[in-house]
Amino acid sequence: MSKPKVAFYWCASCGGCEETVVDLAEDILGVVEKVDIVLWPVAMDFKYKDIEAMPDKSITATLLNGAIRSTEQEEMARLLRRKSQFLIAYGACAHMGGIPSLANQFSREQILKFNYEDAPTLANGDKTRPQLSFTEAGRTVTLPQLHNVVRSLDQVVDVDYYVPGCPPTPKITKAAVTALLEGKLPPKGSVIGPDHALCEECTRKDTKPDKWDFVEFKRPHQKLMDDKCFLAQGVVCMGPATRAGCEAQCTTGGMPCTGCFGGTSRVRDQGAKILSALCSNLAAKEEGEIDATLATIPDPVGTFYRYGLAKSILRRKVSLPANS
Amino acid sequence: MTSEWNPRLVAFFCNWCTYTAADLAGVSRLKYASNVRVIRLMCSGRVDPQFILDALAKGADGVLIGGCHPSDCHYVEGNYKCLRRFQLLKRMLSDMGIEEGRVRLEWISAAEGEKVKTVINEMTATIKQLGPLGMPAKFEEWDKEMEHFAAAVHAQEAQKAPCAEHAQLQETAHV
Repeated sequence: MSKPKVAFYWCASCGGCEETVVDLAEDILGVVEKVDIVLWPVAMDFKYKDIEAMPDKSITATLLNGAIRSTEQEEMARLLRRKSQFLIAYGACAHMGGIPSLANQFSREQILKFNYEDAPTLANGDKTRPQLSFTEAGRTVTLPQLHNVVRSLDQVVDVDYYVPGCPPTPKITKAAVTALLEGKLPPKGSVIGPDHALCEECTRKDTKPDKWDFVEFKRPHQKLMDDKCFLAQGVVCMGPATRAGCEAQCTTGGMPCTGCFGGTSRVRDQGAKILSALCSNLAAKEEGEIDATLATIPDPVGTFYRYGLAKSILRRKVSLPANS
Repeated sequence: MTSEWNPRLVAFFCNWCTYTAADLAGVSRLKYASNVRVIRLMCSGRVDPQFILDALAKGADGVLIGGCHPSDCHYVEGNYKCLRRFQLLKRMLSDMGIEEGRVRLEWISAAEGEKVKTVINEMTATIKQLGPLGMPAKFEEWDKEMEHFAAAVHAQEAQKAPCAEHAQLQETAHV
């Protein structure tokens, strides 16, 4: 029997997800033994043309990481969807838009203008911007176009499973790969991982009080932290609104949760949920005092939707043009 | 169909004060704008910020929340929770490009039928001035860039399909 074919692909991502696959360390040998890798641009040389030539559904599973942000990424997402039996959104960006989807607060024009004209670190006197196509000496080269909206994978094509995390942990990656190879798959559309909040598995759980009574929020660098619940120390921690499964690596390592696993299956909008949890626990009752406490959260959108603005209910800054 | 656009408001009223006040307004035969769809909840503290976002995303032009006056909450502090969430949600909504007047919180006691009328009329007028929010249409508009692109790819593939040689020729011509 021929080995199942697996593809890894990356879109708008930092490469951290690729690292996790490598972080499987010796276990990756077991995976390589059992599957044929047909596409993995970060590690091996393959041509897109070879994928195009494969029959539809001939790849058993594609693990795709990164948000969909350009025409090329969209084209590859559609191609890999067609060629794969299972398409797996791997990592926070493919799952919910990730950090790249914070760009949904700006228009394409604002982004291009800043990056090619206004950024203080720039040396681009001619204000040259990337062109979609460029002809010289009779030869034309082309570039993909940046979309106006950053999207999660399932906002572009049908997705079978989600592996959460920024990046997913080796353990959760192994669980997903094993489930695939052994055919022990959860219902379609599942997020691979437990379905309860991070606080459940946090080592600081015992020091979580019933009521927080926030008077001020602090950022991690503003405070010398002890090993109590971060929220009890007034530090914004996304734990209550975030899915468990990472084994509380950040909170165990001394940093509050930033929410990369997304919400549980009962949560539609992670940002709204953490807003709700934090605000209801403020000590203040008067409008002015409430505002003073809340002023210590300088960027609610960036803090609460750090990994999931694309998949939030509003998706994008509403007042932006559809095309710029 | 009339040509004049009429805003759609969703209102979350607490069972003990504002909903009773809306009842009173009805019994007193007070007339207020018919643009509002009232949803009764047990407490303004039950208004999950997700409800507000979802109402807006599904086509509401504005959301009104009505609860008991401070220190009057049937559940002691549900209305304070509501106010705290509302204060931050307002900031977040303005960061997300939604005008301030579209989401409003009012304390309306069971005796204030008149206030229900005034607030709903005022808010309808404000939103009429702001114009439609039209989130469902916006979502469609945003996703058009994918349709355009999909159409372009289809056209390209259709061109390639009839003859493999032809496709190769095209590619070499590209180099």
